[in-house]
Amino acid sequence: MTDLQNLPNIVESILFGAGRPMRLSEMKTLMGSQNIEVDLPSIKVALNSLEEKYADSSIEIKEVASGFRMQVRESYGDFLYPLWNDTSSRLSKALMETVSIIAYKQPVTRGDIEDIRGVTVSTQIIRSLLDREWIKVTGYRDVPGRPALYETTKNFLNDLNLKSINDLPALPEALPAGDTLDQLEAS
Amino acid sequence: MKFQTQLEFPQFKGEALTQLPDDLFIPPEALEIYLEDFSGPMDVLLYLIQKRDINILDLDISEITDQYIQYIELMDALKIELAADYLVMAATLAQIKSRMLIPQSEEEEEEQDPRSELIKRLQEYQRYKTASESISNLPRIDRDLFLATTALPKFKEPEASINITPQELATIFHEVTTRPKFSSHHEIHFEELSTQDRIALILSILSKRNVIQFFQTYQKKEGKQGVVVALLASLDLAKDGHLELIQNKDSNQLYLKSTNRGVH
Repeated sequence: MTDLQNLPNIVESILFGAGRPMRLSEMKTLMGSQNIEVDLPSIKVALNSLEEKYADSSIEIKEVASGFRMQVRESYGDFLYPLWNDTSSRLSKALMETVSIIAYKQPVTRGDIEDIRGVTVSTQIIRSLLDREWIKVTGYRDVPGRPALYETTKNFLNDLNLKSINDLPALPEALPAGDTLDQLEAS
Repeated sequence: MKFQTQLEFPQFKGEALTQLPDDLFIPPEALEIYLEDFSGPMDVLLYLIQKRDINILDLDISEITDQYIQYIELMDALKIELAADYLVMAATLAQIKSRMLIPQSEEEEEEQDPRSELIKRLQEYQRYKTASESISNLPRIDRDLFLATTALPKFKEPEASINITPQELATIFHEVTTRPKFSSHHEIHFEELSTQDRIALILSILSKRNVIQFFQTYQKKEGKQGVVVALLASLDLAKDGHLELIQNKDSNQLYLKSTNRGVH
């Protein structure tokens, strides 16, 4: 087992068995506990060789916010969707708007979200987002009532196949306030 | 939209209107499909605006207000629970509409267009709505992507079913109703030893002797409470500068030394 030729197999076994994203350092620790000392670049090289190995398969190695994971490629997802087709994969527009506002403007309070959406943010939506671990409370704003401040989590990015918050689709530009008024006056 | 310059056509905002807009009136059936799908009043407004294919900036308050109220009445008729926010928006629209009707005096000319606040909000909401639609279209785990793993999925523990016969229920109910009352009145016990008294006592001792040891400020029979009260009293006096608390490095004895201030 200590033969480093095995490294891609070891990395593969870890990713295959973990069922969640694994960091390079986590893999290093797991191997260290079996007295296999490898540096992080070597693990990265092993990951690259796995990627090559899977190039023509339905499986891919993907780096997301919490590390690397093994997943079925999107193009094959349609075959699995019916197996997993429960209500949990259908998310309401209201929920998606809420989590989007949190993602682009974090940290925000419920009040901030309501100001933009023009509708009360239901406790159910917040609970559902917390249950999914898509958002977390990171503090309380120092105003009367001390409302909770929400931010999106790494898990949110993981679930959307993203590595960083900067990978989110760009928020459409706001029109400069002056423009709006000028156009109104001209009309 | 077609732009034709034929004299016969009426002009609408400087543009020739070549045909009646198809969606001048949105039939209620058309709305019905979307009813459940709106995420809030702003969403409804944007829908009504986009349906007419007009720029948000050209918002015709009067028309949009009528359509919006129609929509709300429809929701009400269909017994769909209306969030209060929908009514707030209706009121906002009505208010803007009425302000638009009032002729502006010369002084008010500088005043903002009554629509500007709503238009700003709609534009801001539209940014996030668009972004949220893009995010919804991102490949998502368990919908478009699936983990390749040997790890077992998290199974939900089956909820424990309750097996109980009516007899048992009756017995339990009887037991509960006849259970002796264990709750009792909460009695407030006044403290037997007062910190105020102890302060007076320590001061009177210190007026005779300059230094005393801490253990001399309480009696053994007073127990823990006595120590606590004596310590509180000592700290209180030290804070007000009546005495100093001294402890030598090599002994655990605490000494109270009078500062000869305020002791009469």
